[in-house]
Amino acid sequence: MRTGKDLELVHLTKRYGDTLAVKDINHVFRNGTYVCLLGPSGCGKSTTLRMIAGHESATEGEIVLDGQDITVLPPAKRGTAMMFQSYALFPHLSVRDNVAFSLRMKGVEKIARHRAADEMLALVDMTHLAERLPAQLSGGQQQRVALARALVTKPRVLLLDEPLSALDPFLRIRVRGELKRLQRELGISFIHVTHSQDEALALADEIVVMNNAVIEQAGSARDVFGAPKTEFVARFIGGHNIMDLDGGRFALRADEVRLTDDGRPATVSQVEYQGDRVAVTAKLGSAEVLALVPEGAFFADPKTPGDAVGLAWDEGRLYRLMA
Amino acid sequence: MTETLTDRAISGAPGDVAAARPARRGAGIGANVGGWLQAAPLTLVLLAFLVAPIAMIVTVSFWRATEFSIIPAFSFENYEFLFGSDVTYRVFFATFKYASITWAVTLAIGFTVAYFLAFHIRSQTMQIALFLLCTIPFWTSNIIRMISWIPFLGRNGIANQTLIDWGVIDQPLEWLLYSDFAVILAFVHLYTLFMVVPVFNTMMRIDKSLLEAARDNGASGLQTLVHVILPLTKPGIMIGTIFVVTLVMGDFITVRFMSGSQKANVGRLISNDIGLLQYPSAAATAVVLLCTVLIVIGILLRFVNIRKEL
Repeated sequence: MRTGKDLELVHLTKRYGDTLAVKDINHVFRNGTYVCLLGPSGCGKSTTLRMIAGHESATEGEIVLDGQDITVLPPAKRGTAMMFQSYALFPHLSVRDNVAFSLRMKGVEKIARHRAADEMLALVDMTHLAERLPAQLSGGQQQRVALARALVTKPRVLLLDEPLSALDPFLRIRVRGELKRLQRELGISFIHVTHSQDEALALADEIVVMNNAVIEQAGSARDVFGAPKTEFVARFIGGHNIMDLDGGRFALRADEVRLTDDGRPATVSQVEYQGDRVAVTAKLGSAEVLALVPEGAFFADPKTPGDAVGLAWDEGRLYRLMA
Repeated sequence: MTETLTDRAISGAPGDVAAARPARRGAGIGANVGGWLQAAPLTLVLLAFLVAPIAMIVTVSFWRATEFSIIPAFSFENYEFLFGSDVTYRVFFATFKYASITWAVTLAIGFTVAYFLAFHIRSQTMQIALFLLCTIPFWTSNIIRMISWIPFLGRNGIANQTLIDWGVIDQPLEWLLYSDFAVILAFVHLYTLFMVVPVFNTMMRIDKSLLEAARDNGASGLQTLVHVILPLTKPGIMIGTIFVVTLVMGDFITVRFMSGSQKANVGRLISNDIGLLQYPSAAATAVVLLCTVLIVIGILLRFVNIRKEL
């Protein structure tokens, strides 16, 4: 639902010389949602985020937040706050002073700004390390401090530039849970740039898939995963087969493919055990089709490479891709 | 692999640690011999070219001298004379004055130049090109760079002529050459690069996203400079300071040339003593100067930890 508080991009374009980094993007980020900008590197997602943050000027178009055109405002006046990929914590300041930095710049007196900083540190559960320097913290702890520093400005939109990429995989999953919890508690919008589809699917209320400077598809995680509109989205989000059937090109979820005896005849070329399921690749004519079969079903009738199988799926699960 | 396992087995069992220790110590001596051998060349070089000369100077500073001979002795005569004469205090004061003014000016210029190079020049090629441009004056010798000021600053020099032509002054300015002004100008000209290099080096290591983070947090340009760049550049400033202060305090030729032998600093005191073959007295002055410089550096290092820059 649209409210007046939404963040809206209107014909937003960014050009570097002759190169188009972002091409005429129109999108409404609804207030209070967790949005993931998903795409490969160089697709324009970071540039878009940096334009929203005010660290990159827009070549054309407007950025509107809460009914106000913020396109040319300085970063601190926009109601946005950014969390940087490398966290960009000030190495010479303690955790508390890092969080209180923006208040210090505003001239808030020491006691008041330290109180505000401590509140934010409590929110991210870092109170006990307030005296430390950033170099004495682990990656996950630095990330939380960066989060607290961004939130202390009371932004309406928090911008996160690949916030989890510097963490190890184990921590990444834990931290993304915390991000989601924090977003729900605060009720503000989070715009999170990532190139990991897992991250986007797990976190986002809305996924915006970008490629070649434009938005390929935007929608809820289920919509994007269940019904990719373009071949790029289907390939990038993963878990899909792209098939050329009569009448065009279609996407089919790999877990919708069944191994039967009476389906289309194919030959198993690869079997990969993945724990909860088994990935079976089969050659169907010249095309390769991936089938994700539940572990139990697979081992009831195991296949090995070279075996003949039949592939079947519901025709209704085929999604026609736009050219 | 086996070794790792053995190590683990040893450290895993507390009872074995005591038994394992003597064996390790035995192995340690063998390893240390190699270490000493590796350190020996540098140690010898330092002993021969740093420790020995200083020891010599300190020794000679306790000797006695007359107009025509030098007598090995252990006497505090030279030091008593040095500390008893108010010339010493005036000359040391002048030395500190040169050092502090030169420091302040080289810092202001050096910081600005380094800031411009590090944060305003975007392309690295341009940065390197401009940086090399800064080093061009170093292609000629100190003396030539100094002397070239003389026709410029002289009574009928280019500076005075130009100012008269412009009508800014009627009489040539006397204080341009052979004055403290000329001495400090030459020092600044000679030594600014020693400030630029370490400051630039430190600034280049500042993560540019910190500046964006500062801006994101509402810091103005000046606030970013004061609260982010300056604190992070301190180690570089300190290294530059040590260069400039030690160079200026040890200098004598610049003061002689640019002041037309009218001004003095400690270096000239030493040089005059040597000219008069008063080596013990020169050595005593040198020892006092060395201690002074070391104390200054010691104080500076109390303020800033430069270890991470080295």
